[in-house]
Amino acid sequence: MVDQPEVASATLDALPPAAASSEPEPESILMLRKVSVSFSGKLAVRDVTFDVPEKRVTALIGPSGSGKTTLLRALNRLHDTVSSARVTGSVLLNGTDIYGGALHPTLLRSRVGMVFQRPNPFPAMSIYDNVVSGLRFNGVRKKSLLDEAAESALIAAALWESVRNRMTARAGVLSGGEQQRLCIARSLAVEPEVLLMDEPTSALDPQATRRIEELIDELSDRVTMVIVTHNMQQASRVSHRCAFMLMGDDRAGELIEVGPTDQIFGSPTDQRTSDYVQGRFG
Amino acid sequence: MVLCVICVALALIPLVGVVGYTIVRGAPVWSADFFTHAPTPEGIPGGGILNSIVGSLIIDGMAAAASIPLALAIGLYVSQSHSKIAAGIRFAADVMAGIPSIVVGIFAYGIIVNTMHHFSAIAGAFGIAVIMVPILVRASDGAFRTVPGDLGEAALALGAKRASIARRVLIPTAASGLFTAILLAVARGAGESAPLLFTAIGSQYFTASPMQPMAAMPLTIYLNGIQAYPTLQRIAWGTGLLLLLFILILSVAGRTASARLGRRA
Ligand SMILES: Nc1ncnc2c1ncn2[C@@H]1O[C@H](COP(=O)(O)OP(=O)(O)O)[C@@H](O)[C@H]1O
Ligand SMILES: [Mg+2]
Repeated sequence: MVDQPEVASATLDALPPAAASSEPEPESILMLRKVSVSFSGKLAVRDVTFDVPEKRVTALIGPSGSGKTTLLRALNRLHDTVSSARVTGSVLLNGTDIYGGALHPTLLRSRVGMVFQRPNPFPAMSIYDNVVSGLRFNGVRKKSLLDEAAESALIAAALWESVRNRMTARAGVLSGGEQQRLCIARSLAVEPEVLLMDEPTSALDPQATRRIEELIDELSDRVTMVIVTHNMQQASRVSHRCAFMLMGDDRAGELIEVGPTDQIFGSPTDQRTSDYVQGRFG
Repeated sequence: MVLCVICVALALIPLVGVVGYTIVRGAPVWSADFFTHAPTPEGIPGGGILNSIVGSLIIDGMAAAASIPLALAIGLYVSQSHSKIAAGIRFAADVMAGIPSIVVGIFAYGIIVNTMHHFSAIAGAFGIAVIMVPILVRASDGAFRTVPGDLGEAALALGAKRASIARRVLIPTAASGLFTAILLAVARGAGESAPLLFTAIGSQYFTASPMQPMAAMPLTIYLNGIQAYPTLQRIAWGTGLLLLLFILILSVAGRTASARLGRRA
């Protein structure tokens, strides 16, 4: 299923501290090293290497089919459930290789959460049960703890005021945008270090999209986010860093360029990046 | 439009015919005594089918208790797995659902009655369970597969283990489909007579022991219906109407639940 990575995590543990400046460089919370993903032997993502800075928003951009979703799912081992999938290379979470065996996948996934393209609250659960579902999955039973976590996650997801009086209603009564914020609240309730978001606004109207973007901005000082988007304006509005992916000749997705968002949009070093961000293809 | 009405009418003829005729023959037999008394010995008037009603409830209850957890667990596994084993189980369930119930009966006779050396309700329940399992496996597989795959992934991404995904997400989300599956399977099992002929065999007496021969409604219909005595035939019709109503209620309830599920999806 999943290959043992070649890079030993121990050798990458001791990193030099970030250089002190007026705005200190954030530490890298995730480090991708030559990450490749294949399905039934066919490469979908090849040799992606970059760092995700802590408490920043990193956008994964690129045309459809360039492997953004596939790469994102490698970051919390969601490919484990797909028997044809193989992940090679290594992904270090705070220096520990998530594919190295030291970190159990279920524990990893409660530290690296995911918000999906389609809002997908659990339909058989109430709003309250949705928010605390992650805590219950992880064995939390105490009512006071659950209540507290539900309130603070809903406040963080800017949903508390609109649902506080209907916590027992089914999640399906909410609008699409509210459902997506409920999914974000559900992820936040388990207090992940990293939140992965796969085109979280692609199923939403512009108004709801704007609210999610504001939310991402507000959350960026408490959780690291990696967001896939094929909306250039969105990437430039919400992200601090951008990673641009493109399909290679053999249709495997590759990383073309990664850097601060201003740089990717203002003065990219690769011609293909420049073409893409100016909307000349994709 | 006219054609549609004609087609619907034609399709309803057998249903209306069977139900109507059973009501005509069975309804006059019904009385309070009929439901509250065990049969009287030959030649003595009165008596009822209480032993058959209770027997059916016991036998079908045991069959359901054994087959539902087992078959739903198999259905859950099959629905979530893309393996060859899952495909094999699905195929086996299809084939098993097509096995004639008389063969299931002789199978139950061969392995339970022959080993215990006597007829028993539990052997009957085994036969009924063999009928119910493949129906439940296919129907619950279908119900679990209506649960969108990204719900399981969402749970996984919250740190859930497989068992809690099943318990907290898959089963509740598929609940109304599973409910339908159970009602239809029980309706099917409760109407079967062939597996019981070889096993529970029937009884004139009131008994609740699963180790003893036991009466059941389908057996009572058969054993009385083939007799030349009008009094016994009347008992068969009265029992037939009760069994028919019981099964109609289960299947209508099951189908309404699934129609409601279909609208919501
Ligand atoms: N479960 C899977 N099985 C087989 N191939 C897959 C699977 N998931 C993704 N792929 C392949 O990976 C490639 C990249 O897809 P994806 O990561 O969804 O791209 P993006 O999100 O950038 O649009 C696609 O060409 C697709 O064929
Ligand atoms: Mg995608």
